[in-house]
Amino acid sequence: GPGSGAPLENANPLIYRRSGERPVTAQEEDDELPDSIDDREIFDLIRSINDPEHPLTLEELNVVEQVRVKVNDAESTVAVEFTPTIPHCSMATLIGLSIKVKLLRSLPERFKLDVHITPGTHASEHAVNKQLADKERVAAALENSHLLEVVNQCLSARS
Amino acid sequence: CLENTDPRMRGRGIQLLSQVLLQCYSLLQEKEVLHLVLFYENRLQDHHLVIPSVLQGLQALSMCEVLSPGLAVSVLKAIFQEVHVQSLLQLDRHTVYSIITNFMGSREEELKGLGADFTFGFIQMMDGEKDPRNLLVAFQIVHDLIAKNYVLGPFVEELFEVTSCYFPIDFTPPPNDPHGIQREDLILSLRAVLASTPQFAEFLLPLLIEKMDSDLQSAKLDSLQTLTACCAIYGQKELQEFLPSLWSSLRREVFQTASEKVEAECLAALHALSACLSRSVLSSDTEDLLDSFLSSILQDCRHHLCEPDMKLVWPSAKLLQAAAGASLRAYHRITRTVLPLLLEQYTKHPQSSQRRTILEMFLGFLELQQKWGLVEEDESTLLSLRASVCSVVFSALTDPSVQLQLVGIRALTVLGSLQGFLSLSDLELVVDHLIRLALHEDSQSSEAAMEAAGSLAPIYPKVFSGHMVPRLEAELQSERAEESSHDHCSLQQRCLQALAAVSTHTSIVKETVPVLLQHLRKVQKGSEAGNTQGMVSVCQSLHRVALQCQQDDDGCWYYHQTVVPCLLAMAVQAAMQESAHPLLGKALIEEEVLAAMVPVISAATTHLSPELAAQSVSHVVPLFLDGEVSFLPQNSFPCSFQPFEDGECFDTQRRLIALLMAFVCSLPCNVAIPQQERLLRELLALSCSCNCPFTATTAAKCFAGLVNKHPAGQQLDEILQLAVNRMEPSLVEGPRRMQALTLLLWVTKALVLRYHPLSSHLTDKLLSLLNDVELGPAAADGFSLLMAEPPDVLHKGCHADVRIMFRQRFFTSNVPKLVQGFHGAGPDVKANYLKGLSHVLNHLPKPVLVTELPTLLSLLLEALSCSDRVVQLSTLSCLQPLLLEAPQIMSLHVDTLVTKFLTLTSSPTMAVRIAALRCAHALTSLPAAVLLPYKARVIRALAKPLDDKKRLVRKEAVAARGEW
Repeated sequence: GPGSGAPLENANPLIYRRSGERPVTAQEEDDELPDSIDDREIFDLIRSINDPEHPLTLEELNVVEQVRVKVNDAESTVAVEFTPTIPHCSMATLIGLSIKVKLLRSLPERFKLDVHITPGTHASEHAVNKQLADKERVAAALENSHLLEVVNQCLSARS
Repeated sequence: CLENTDPRMRGRGIQLLSQVLLQCYSLLQEKEVLHLVLFYENRLQDHHLVIPSVLQGLQALSMCEVLSPGLAVSVLKAIFQEVHVQSLLQLDRHTVYSIITNFMGSREEELKGLGADFTFGFIQMMDGEKDPRNLLVAFQIVHDLIAKNYVLGPFVEELFEVTSCYFPIDFTPPPNDPHGIQREDLILSLRAVLASTPQFAEFLLPLLIEKMDSDLQSAKLDSLQTLTACCAIYGQKELQEFLPSLWSSLRREVFQTASEKVEAECLAALHALSACLSRSVLSSDTEDLLDSFLSSILQDCRHHLCEPDMKLVWPSAKLLQAAAGASLRAYHRITRTVLPLLLEQYTKHPQSSQRRTILEMFLGFLELQQKWGLVEEDESTLLSLRASVCSVVFSALTDPSVQLQLVGIRALTVLGSLQGFLSLSDLELVVDHLIRLALHEDSQSSEAAMEAAGSLAPIYPKVFSGHMVPRLEAELQSERAEESSHDHCSLQQRCLQALAAVSTHTSIVKETVPVLLQHLRKVQKGSEAGNTQGMVSVCQSLHRVALQCQQDDDGCWYYHQTVVPCLLAMAVQAAMQESAHPLLGKALIEEEVLAAMVPVISAATTHLSPELAAQSVSHVVPLFLDGEVSFLPQNSFPCSFQPFEDGECFDTQRRLIALLMAFVCSLPCNVAIPQQERLLRELLALSCSCNCPFTATTAAKCFAGLVNKHPAGQQLDEILQLAVNRMEPSLVEGPRRMQALTLLLWVTKALVLRYHPLSSHLTDKLLSLLNDVELGPAAADGFSLLMAEPPDVLHKGCHADVRIMFRQRFFTSNVPKLVQGFHGAGPDVKANYLKGLSHVLNHLPKPVLVTELPTLLSLLLEALSCSDRVVQLSTLSCLQPLLLEAPQIMSLHVDTLVTKFLTLTSSPTMAVRIAALRCAHALTSLPAAVLLPYKARVIRALAKPLDDKKRLVRKEAVAARGEW
């Protein structure tokens, strides 16, 4: 795990390029026109989350991709699929939890969140998804101060 | 007293003597010094309580210039023999080091006479030193011993041991350390010792290898940096034995590390090693270690380049590039193997993302080649691979992946910069690709292709002017009925941009400028709705070309001579048509188009040589003053051009004053303007009397621009007096108060910039207008104009007289008046003062602001409640840096700040909401204890802007809430 000095599970992952900042459009600068919450906006919230193991972001590791983010602003639903770098990644739950916490903190309360593993990309996909969908478990996990610290580290801005 | 039996008393006696000597050592005679030295040497055998004072005396004597030969040596011998330095207190040890430093400075030859005994004596003395202050001095002494060639004799290893035991430095200065010694000082000073002689190599290299494996990142970094430093003085003899271990340590670190710093230092060290081996002079019977060293690097890295999963490709490529970049020889050795391999891998991997990685690595090697240029000799691998390199790069350019295209474009730029690499037919192909990509819909590829064209064009001007320009011209002229007008429009826009981008050589400028001007005429004649935008686009391209040919005299003059008369002629023509038939050719003289022409004319003028500028000014000024049109191309006009004449029918012509301003305000300072006084009077009259705000403002700006550069003296005073006389009555009453205010603002600005004495009178005038119900708000906004840099006139680029500290000066002399005015003002005008103040603060450099703001803080807090959104906005932007940089002061007001910021997050204005959220974010830099009571409330309140209708607001809300 992080900080324990054990060898990394996937020491040399293939690294993907970071997408740039979303360019600001004229519509966005217009005080009057509303901008709906779209896939890219949700993706921007989670793409810079740090991987617990590498000094890299989830975007750079291709763990999150814009095409795997689905939002419906009118119905207040968000679904995010994430893809662990290797099928046996023990960090999958932690990554899912970080994504979930980031969205909880960043989205209006009206949204219903669904964070799960891209189908067929992880050995214990079902178990992890179940944990992430369980509100009480998520809440309990965040009461654990050690776990919360690790999550906050993943969510902290890069130096 | 000196003979008292109580050692304490003796000590005090000696202390007194020593203190006296420290004050007057420079006045002593040689004999006196001799006597004193003998006395003090003798006293070294005295009681230990006495020793500190004795050492002080010797320190004073060590500074005497008249010290007889031999005495220095004898003092040192006595100290070595009698004093156990490490049992003394820190200060006394420091005294001993000072004595040695003094002697080394003044008696080098004598000390060297001591031979290795001196070195040995010093080693014993510093052995066990712990205090960082003393270590800095001791390290300096060791460094000098080595650098000045003192005899080390058999004590090299001892000297190494006594210093290297501190490596790596592990020292953290205590908090509030008054001595100010930083860890970095010690690191650098020890490194200077360790890396000062090849004699230490056999001891140092094993130590560095060991410490590179340390768990401490600082130890790793220090070892790597020290290794790099050593390579500067080592040769292959010193390195030989350790190369395999050094390489395996460096490789291990680069392959495993997660730290960019460690990686960067490893690569730097490898580069240094390779450079050191490349540089070593070999005798005829020694083997060239560079070759075997590079072979082992290749052997360990090349297979990673071929692994199908590409896991360690980047670390391997970086290692190879670091080694290759050290010398041309190393480069050839590495690329001979690696370049063919990469080309092969490129063909083997069909996926765009993998190809991109491979091409990026290849590009890294190409960029190294750029360092040496293309050397035409048998060795160059790149030349021998030309055909396949070209085909790989061209294939990248046609790949659907934009990311791969971008790398391809960069590779192409580097290949093109290697003189002689690309053949003529290759180049034509390159141009074809660049045209295609430049006109491509993807803005990234398009921009990159244009940039590439711009950097290659000066190398191959004929190819670009012969192939690219005609193709772009044809594209620009083509009418494509089948496409939607939007697509056509954006294609035309890209053509215009590409024409500008490729204009980086005078011969090409001579081809593109006529095309652009021709297109401008065509758009002007067209009747499409979008032709204002079309003309603005042409002007933007013309502006870019102007900037690109400013540095070349020939190009600059060609451009000026071609573009300026042409634009003026078209504008005059259009203005006259407008007077005759108000519907024809109107767009060209719309304010938006004129405003786009201003930077073109300005950029075409600022870099003219004074002689050519004088030639041009002798045509342009008479055109505007006397309607002298003969220098314009197509100069037969239906009526006369009289922009300064009264009368409604000249309204349109008057707008062209903008073009006059662009020209005349951009001239170099030493160019005389013909009929300047008349011109100034005309401008002054126009600015006060014209009803059209655009024209009146332009005239005021032009007047101000000229006044700013006008030499001081009676003429200037007269014209300024005239201006004041016209302005003041108009400001008081009448239909043109606004025009008078505009003129006041611009003239004040012109004078504030050059520290003219009249500026304070005008500023006071402006301050008094803040109290005016009608003009107050505009006067307040005027403060922004005074402080900001306008894009078109009165800035350094157009040679205006701008003193660097004018903003600070304005702040110091006017802010107290603003504050005083605020307190005395009625409720209906208070906001004007706050607004004026906000503008001044907004433009002040942040460091100045932070020191000055605390005194204004209460006013700023009051300003937060002001309902004017400009005031809110600038107050928030003042408070934000203050929160970050002066958290202590701000903590006192946390309650007000939290409440006000949260209220403003629901302002109807998006910009205010954003600024308020940024401030709420900045609040988190206050001490945690201060924030804790507000945490729950703020987090709850920030949930609302998360659902703001504007995305930019939500973004700030997310950042702020996340931080809380």
